Amino acid sequence: MSWLPEPVERLLDAALVGELTVVRADGRPITYPLIPLRDGDRVYMTSSILFSRKLEHLRRDPRVSVSLTDPVALGGQPGRATIQGDAQLIEDDPHVDWEQVLPIWLEKEPAIGAFLKQRVALPLFFERSLIEITPRRVLYWADGRTDTPPQVFIAPVSTAGEEAA
Amino acid sequence: MDAQRGLEKLAGYPFHILTWVGDDGYPLSVAIEATVDPAAGTASFRPPAGLTVPLDREVSLTGSHIHPKPGYGYDERRHVTVWGRTAPAGPSDTIRVEAVQAWGWDEAEVPFFEYSERTVGQSRRYLRGLSERTGRVVRPRLSFGWLALRATRLPFLSATIVPVLLGIFIAAAQGFFDLGAALLTIVGGFAVHLGLNVANDVFDTRSGADDANVNPTPYSGGSRVIQYGLVTLRQMATISFAFYALAAAIGLYLLATRGSVALLVIGVLGFVVSIGYTAPPLKLVYRGVGEFAVALGFGPLMLLGAYVVQTRGLVSAEALVASLPVAILTALILYVNEIPDRGGDAAAGKRTLPVRLPKNVVINAYAIAASAAFAFVVAGVIAGLLPIPALLALVALPLVRQVYGGLKQMYDSPYGLMSVMAVNIRLHLIVGGLLLLAYLAVIVMSAVAPGTPLFLRR
Repeated sequence: MSWLPEPVERLLDAALVGELTVVRADGRPITYPLIPLRDGDRVYMTSSILFSRKLEHLRRDPRVSVSLTDPVALGGQPGRATIQGDAQLIEDDPHVDWEQVLPIWLEKEPAIGAFLKQRVALPLFFERSLIEITPRRVLYWADGRTDTPPQVFIAPVSTAGEEAA
Repeated sequence: MDAQRGLEKLAGYPFHILTWVGDDGYPLSVAIEATVDPAAGTASFRPPAGLTVPLDREVSLTGSHIHPKPGYGYDERRHVTVWGRTAPAGPSDTIRVEAVQAWGWDEAEVPFFEYSERTVGQSRRYLRGLSERTGRVVRPRLSFGWLALRATRLPFLSATIVPVLLGIFIAAAQGFFDLGAALLTIVGGFAVHLGLNVANDVFDTRSGADDANVNPTPYSGGSRVIQYGLVTLRQMATISFAFYALAAAIGLYLLATRGSVALLVIGVLGFVVSIGYTAPPLKLVYRGVGEFAVALGFGPLMLLGAYVVQTRGLVSAEALVASLPVAILTALILYVNEIPDRGGDAAAGKRTLPVRLPKNVVINAYAIAASAAFAFVVAGVIAGLLPIPALLALVALPLVRQVYGGLKQMYDSPYGLMSVMAVNIRLHLIVGGLLLLAYLAVIVMSAVAPGTPLFLRR
């Protein structure tokens, strides 16, 4: 059962790109545009090992934010949202682990199916780490205007407790 | 990229994503509209409502763009991030950021394939780290079939099948045919070619040519299986040795059963040219004669070799003339494929023709050489050495013009050249195929209607 606000779920489900921000070793934030994939109240992103620096940052500091800001990438929806949460890397086998989110990915980006069939052409692109984000706090701007205060939603304690356990 | 360039790019985005790390350690990103002043090296903005943007703290401003394509996904990817420290800007609540660093990617400037190639080293570091953390060796994988296809560059065998079959067909048209020897010749030719392909990767990796090349395409830049960690250098060397050993065994068997001095000469020359193409001490491709070595190997040597096996030692001017257009068009495959590789090749000391010659000379030399291939066909027919139906090959002439135009237009675009390289390979296949068809016609006609004049002077 997802605790995420329904309009934010709609944004996540439509988003072709969201901005994943992680914290570098020097404390600076660094932002990577990636396709967000939602399953329940978890947000998933995948990263090719070719572009794996973000994974090094995440391994050191799992605190992240995912922002959904671009109406063009959100299917014309005017709302905006920022999700803060904790990331966990699923990378036991980069060849296949990420394929658990492939069905959701294909819904958003059908072209990836054709690319996957040509895996021989891009073998390292399809060696991927899966980033599972557990949301802790959500900021939502219904009309997308950030010169007005956002609605703030906090993860239920039970969710946090389960995770802590 | 430097901070000013980053600001110039950031100014082109309709809104910006302001990001800072909060006191709780979580990053926070919010869309804002910043005023970007690249000349001053700053960006300023009103802070988002209800949130406190810390002052005197490192923040980033990001611009991100995609173009959605329904039913496909998206393209036109670009993004830029500029970092700087926050400071109050005057009496209002406006905040100014003085840019100190920037980073980004625009696929219109650096194509995705090149961007990926530039980060191969990062993937190696990742896999090394993952192997250490998990206590087992983690490597990228491909199915055996795909890996074999990629590592050996199997589709390029078309360059071997054309001259070998042509040699066999010409001999058959003259009344010589031994099916078993023909099959062995084909397998031996394939083995030499695959051994050469794999050896080429081994030596180009050792010289650094393949590592220096960040614009590989399906037609150029090697198989990359060593660079990608799919196969080790030692494994590739072993595979190459195995192919050459197979070819040598077949060659020795054919030599023993034919007892031909011509075959011995062709065989020895073939091995020397094939192995010496990239391997020391000859390193023919590094000395600027790689294209000629390929012309010799995939033209006269392959075709005459196949012909001599069938005729048990006879050599003919007909077979030699027939090999010339094939030799030129095969060398031109390499020649055009070397164009996108010229940067990496030059860095590794490979003195290929596209490395040594200026653009206009490379392009014009292509047109002259390709035309010469057709001229040999016409001259061969007029001289009565090649059958009249060989003139069918002239239908492929428009492809020369297509490649020539493509080279002029795409010379400096490695990925734009991919379609040009494909047409150039098709040119070789079509001409080779039509020459084979011409000899098939000779074989069939001599069986069903002997005496039909298919040569101008016989």
